[in-house]
Amino acid sequence: MSNAAFPAVAIAAPPPRVVIEVRDLVTHYGPREILHGISMDVLQGEIMVIMGGSGSGKSTLLRHLMALERQTSGTMRILGEDIDDLSLIEMTNLRRKLGVAFQGGALFSSMTVGENIMLPLMEHTDLDRQTMEIMARMKLEVVNLSGFENLMPSELSGGMIKRAAMARAIVTDPRILFCDEPSAGLDPVVASSLDDLILLMRDAMRMTVVVVTHELESVFKIADRVTVLDKGNILFIGTVAELRAHPSERIQNLLHRRPEDDTIDPDEYLRRLTGEDSLESTRP
Amino acid sequence: MPVRHEPWTAARMVERVGRRVVGAIEEIGHCGVLLGESVFWLVAGRRLRQPVRLAATFTQMMEIGVQALPIVAMMAATIGVMLAIQGIHTLKIFGAESQVVIGISLSVTREFAPLITGILVAGRSGSALAARLGTMQINQEVDALKVMGINPVRFLVVPALVAMVIMLPCLTIFADLIGLLAAGFYVRFDLGISMAAYVDQTIDFLSVDDVMHGLSKSAIFSILIAVIGVVNGVGVQGGAEGVGRVTTRAVVLSISAIVITDMLFAFVVTRA
Repeated sequence: MSNAAFPAVAIAAPPPRVVIEVRDLVTHYGPREILHGISMDVLQGEIMVIMGGSGSGKSTLLRHLMALERQTSGTMRILGEDIDDLSLIEMTNLRRKLGVAFQGGALFSSMTVGENIMLPLMEHTDLDRQTMEIMARMKLEVVNLSGFENLMPSELSGGMIKRAAMARAIVTDPRILFCDEPSAGLDPVVASSLDDLILLMRDAMRMTVVVVTHELESVFKIADRVTVLDKGNILFIGTVAELRAHPSERIQNLLHRRPEDDTIDPDEYLRRLTGEDSLESTRP
Repeated sequence: MPVRHEPWTAARMVERVGRRVVGAIEEIGHCGVLLGESVFWLVAGRRLRQPVRLAATFTQMMEIGVQALPIVAMMAATIGVMLAIQGIHTLKIFGAESQVVIGISLSVTREFAPLITGILVAGRSGSALAARLGTMQINQEVDALKVMGINPVRFLVVPALVAMVIMLPCLTIFADLIGLLAAGFYVRFDLGISMAAYVDQTIDFLSVDDVMHGLSKSAIFSILIAVIGVVNGVGVQGGAEGVGRVTTRAVVLSISAIVITDMLFAFVVTRA
């Protein structure tokens, strides 16, 4: 057969699929606006790290990405579903495709580690108890916690709790894994091993991972792309290399742990101290 | 120094009162929604392959009902004896102390047994429910349930609500029996009436309506205790201190709601 019949065609790689799409997201806590029109995409199979200083809105953004909060305005699509259009049951079904490892673990204190991990299986599958126990042990092995299934959460160290939470988050093989401050409060060795675990989730389990952290070592080690938040706005989205090379002073301050220059006008400071601003604002 | 503007202080006070009123209405609405959602999961949970957990319901029934038996027995006996003492003392004025059995039987079954049991369960189990949910909320366990696709109302609230609705009337029947029995012992001791005669008189005077009056009230109290406990627990803010605050608030609101409902119930039923 002649090769001429099959001319060489350059096949372009398909564009990466967007699993989370955020457009013009505005959210309030009471009268206070927390996020001011955030737009971002999370792509399939990537590790997206969200970072920023305290009060930058990263935890609030994460809660939106996990569909735990409703926005004031803007749209949120998770795995192609507009969360505003979903009924209670549809939302429940969508959430089964998400896994979350919370900052404090959020393990149920009345259950053993094994029962915590089996809980999503008990609630959403018809598997028999023995199969669920085997699956729980497998996930515990993935996170290096073999043999701990019969302990109560109160008997675990901080690092172990985070690992157990990770095991629970991945027990149903979710499409997207969210990790809230996975290495916060841990020593560098344990923190590094959790970073390795997150990389394993992406590489071996093909999960999309969204991580909120302010640990720079973790960011540089695990991130495919980084979103930097500042006072409820996106300051930067891009790769780690682009982040390092970014000319913005605020980003460089964040990367080099330099405090922001927060000098204010003395008159304004005096007004703030004496409360004149708040008195003014109550007058008609 | 800033100048004080008195009219603005008054305006702020009105604003604060307005906010409180709106907050209270919002909370009542929240209670209604929670109750509606609980009934939904109770009825439709199995069809949606998300049934209410029986094991959790039985655990709650043990905690709310069986473990409360000693304290309910003690309080019911005390109330029964107290009613007998007061009844005999009052009726002696008219020389009608032998009629004390009517007062005791009606007061215990219609009023005191459901009321004291409701207050005890509010203090014991309503507070525990608020504290447990408050702690879970702060530890992000409620969020964890939501993200796992497990509805927190179905998983946490419905078992407690069902257990409360079943066990509070059961405890009330138990309190009826213990209260009447303890009063009987005192009447026997004070007036020399035999226990057999006391029991006969009590059965003669009491009607099924009287017992059902108390049980209906206790069923309403159980819903109030559960819903108020849950709404307060879930609404926690501010860490461990917040949990303490909502626990206290849940108990105070539950007991207030029980006493007010008791009065309204008695008013409506006695005029029907």
